[in-house]
Amino acid sequence: MKISRADVVRVAELAYLDLSEDELEMYRAQIDEILEYIGKLNQLDTSAVEPMAQVLADCQTTDSTLRDDVIVPCQTTGEILRQAPDPAPPYFRAPKVIER
Amino acid sequence: MADTWTIDSVRTALTTNKVSARELADEFFGRIRARNPELNAFLALSPERAYAQAAKIDASVAAGQPLPLLAGVPIAIKDVISTRGVKTTCGSKILENYIPPYDATAVERLEAAGAVVLGKTNCDEFAMGSSNENSAYGAVRNPEATDRVPGGSSGGSAAAVAAGLAVAALGTDTGGSIRQPGALCGVPAMMGSYGRVSRYGLIAFASSLDRIGPLATNVRDVAAILQVIAGRDPNDSTSTTELVPDYGAELDKPVKGLRLGIPKEYFGAGMDEGVRKKVEAGIAIFRKLGCELVEIAMPHTDYAIATYYVIATAEASSNLARYDGVRYGLRVDDPTLLGMYRKTRGAGFGPEVKRRIVLGTYVLSAGYWDAYYLKGQKVRALIAQDFRDAFTKVDAIITPTSPVPAFRLGERTNDPLQMYLADIYTVTGSLAGVPGISIPCGKVCGKLPVGLQIFGPAFGEARVLQLAHAFEQAGGATV
Repeated sequence: MKISRADVVRVAELAYLDLSEDELEMYRAQIDEILEYIGKLNQLDTSAVEPMAQVLADCQTTDSTLRDDVIVPCQTTGEILRQAPDPAPPYFRAPKVIER
Repeated sequence: MADTWTIDSVRTALTTNKVSARELADEFFGRIRARNPELNAFLALSPERAYAQAAKIDASVAAGQPLPLLAGVPIAIKDVISTRGVKTTCGSKILENYIPPYDATAVERLEAAGAVVLGKTNCDEFAMGSSNENSAYGAVRNPEATDRVPGGSSGGSAAAVAAGLAVAALGTDTGGSIRQPGALCGVPAMMGSYGRVSRYGLIAFASSLDRIGPLATNVRDVAAILQVIAGRDPNDSTSTTELVPDYGAELDKPVKGLRLGIPKEYFGAGMDEGVRKKVEAGIAIFRKLGCELVEIAMPHTDYAIATYYVIATAEASSNLARYDGVRYGLRVDDPTLLGMYRKTRGAGFGPEVKRRIVLGTYVLSAGYWDAYYLKGQKVRALIAQDFRDAFTKVDAIITPTSPVPAFRLGERTNDPLQMYLADIYTVTGSLAGVPGISIPCGKVCGKLPVGLQIFGPAFGEARVLQLAHAFEQAGGATV
């Protein structure tokens, strides 16, 4: 077994994801099978391989890291706040984080 | 009116006053009203926006002004791509009422070129799936066989084009999500190179893999849409400064003498016999066109699914962290902040999305990162190297798009691993970042379309389109 029920509970905690008892067991079994399959990657010796984090070379997006940090006005604040579940313009309101 | 409209026939009809852009929009909204209750291809329509654009085009026609490339062409947009003022749900309950305050660059460019946006197409939730059955708003049905899936995740876009409910559509492809539904619904469907099309406004699933691309009824239209949406966008740092060639001008160049690689790893076990025969007959067309067929080896192909489901889920778990019930979308109340996060995400995400968040969080978590995520990135490098090696010997690579034709609704939903394995021929090109197209290559059982896939080297879209066009002109669709 690659993944235990305790692992799934821990990972769901990390991902801030409520899972029901049924979901916990279903995902444990399914992910166990998937991890078993993924284990085939260990057939390959990759000790001399550089990991590939992204596709493009820097020269292909010449200004990717060089854009000037200029402040531009946002015209859609009102529209954005109207979408919020609990707006308190100009803020988003969330449940209290720190107890006084 | 003609049954199948193309970009060319729309232009001709507009300029000869056979039809107005407004009448054309009427025609397509009528088709959608008639057919969508059965197919479920569209989630939202944007008539206000469509008619405003049509009025602009009709005014240009009346004034005798030159018309832009896509003037009056009715198009559909996959629901993971942002459209200002038009609901964009990603096929998810967590964004059920979300209305983007801005347009994706690809949409903005299509409209600037005269296209008429009809509405938003159904898809697997956050583009995670290969059958469209993971949409929170119900599965799409395949117009060629309505008891079957259209493929996914861009199933709504593929079904809309195949059923004549749009002249073309935008889809997105992370592991095959444009090409596979294109194959299963029998329409040409293309993913350009990673970096070719701006993703500004595309709601992210896996950022090192996600791409936007076109589906249409013919290769020339695919080329025209790609032409409009391709190119550098200052709002997307991963869009490249590579020049965009004139794809249309490249289409009619002869393909005689081109070397096409046939990787034996793509014709192994698990492939439907009917699909195999059609793809082999398709390859014979290229031989008749004077292409040289070369058997090649791509030794890491068998590791692509495992690699993909590590990398894509890891990136998804990070990208989907933003859905926390604070700024937009669903919120399920709780007195504590963390409780609100957990309840909102638990209630808002569907089963496949939760499965991938759990798997992705696991492969990134302390103690497992090296064994899974880093290992996945290393094998990804080997798969990309397979492609680079192949392109030193051949001009393009020919494979099937999907090992099976459209399967029945519900047939595979209980076995996620089996569903993942359906992506076996498409995820390789996704990981490598190369362009790929799926084009219709006959039908099996008299009605189920088969797709043939063409991969080109990075930024070799012109070559891919040229081969696809030659194949189409040689009767590939009815092989």
